[in-house]
Amino acid sequence: MKETLLALIVKAASELNLQLEYKIPVERGVEAPLYGQNGVLDSIGLVSLLAAVEQAIEDETGVSITLANERAMSQKRSPFGSIGALAEYAESLIRAGG
Amino acid sequence: MDSPVTMITGTRKGIGKFLVHHYAGRGHQVVGCSRDKLDWALEGYEHYIADVSDELAVKRLFSAVRKNFGRLDNLINNAGIASMNHSILTPASTVQNILNTNVVGTFLVCREGVKLMQRRRYGRIVNFGTVAGPMRLEGEAMYAASKNAVVAFTQILAREVAEFGITCNVVAPTPIETDLIRAVPREKIDRIVNRLAIRRLGRFEDVANVIDFFIRPESDFVTGQTIFLGGV
Repeated sequence: MKETLLALIVKAASELNLQLEYKIPVERGVEAPLYGQNGVLDSIGLVSLLAAVEQAIEDETGVSITLANERAMSQKRSPFGSIGALAEYAESLIRAGG
Repeated sequence: MDSPVTMITGTRKGIGKFLVHHYAGRGHQVVGCSRDKLDWALEGYEHYIADVSDELAVKRLFSAVRKNFGRLDNLINNAGIASMNHSILTPASTVQNILNTNVVGTFLVCREGVKLMQRRRYGRIVNFGTVAGPMRLEGEAMYAASKNAVVAFTQILAREVAEFGITCNVVAPTPIETDLIRAVPREKIDRIVNRLAIRRLGRFEDVANVIDFFIRPESDFVTGQTIFLGGV
């Protein structure tokens, strides 16, 4: 599951990179920073990425999840800090039933 | 350019049904929804059963659009309900129904629509307001309040999605001969019409004309605006 999610996120990030001035360093895999400290995304970039990832997860797994919810905002460690953190967070939501 | 994909909500009858025929006739690929089954059909028009205030149903609707069309160019949020009654006689359940369809429904459809539109960095959203707000129409307090909420939402959404190349505007019709006003006494309708600059009931074509303007690709510098019909 984690590998599938990572692949989905890397694909969505690579597609988003085509529109970004400052690219997400997807070659760094799970370490690639997204948003926040050292992140390359601004808030609109993050919104675009999360929407693309939600859609990709739904297409791949049939599960509809909402990544930017209250739980995400209240986490001590931001689930949007890196590709790895986002994959872990998405996996926890899918396991919890979306 | 491929023919645009246009989604219209609330297409079973009235303005929604008219708009389906209007845009299909102009070569759009039209998708629509309503709570109940249609008693009409149009070649090339794809219909879904969905209540716009049901989050899961709206997600499923957009999932189908994404799979079948892969994109969305225009979104016309026509689905809405009205209820004329004096405020002190209006039950909370009526207020909740109005808010669910007009406000929550518009929000959910816009949210999912933007997700689909932003991938191509292009989109046109048209929401529905009413003249009942600026005309301070008695008996339509919560209906007008819900539509004023739609206006406020649209104005701010317009700023949130401008960077995605998406515009959001509102068309605010006068009373039109539809089911929404069929139960309203003629004398009351005449009083409203007489307060307009142009004293007549609205027509479906008047609404379509404003939407035509909002969804033109050339209208990419027009967003967060409300056009009231009839000269309110």
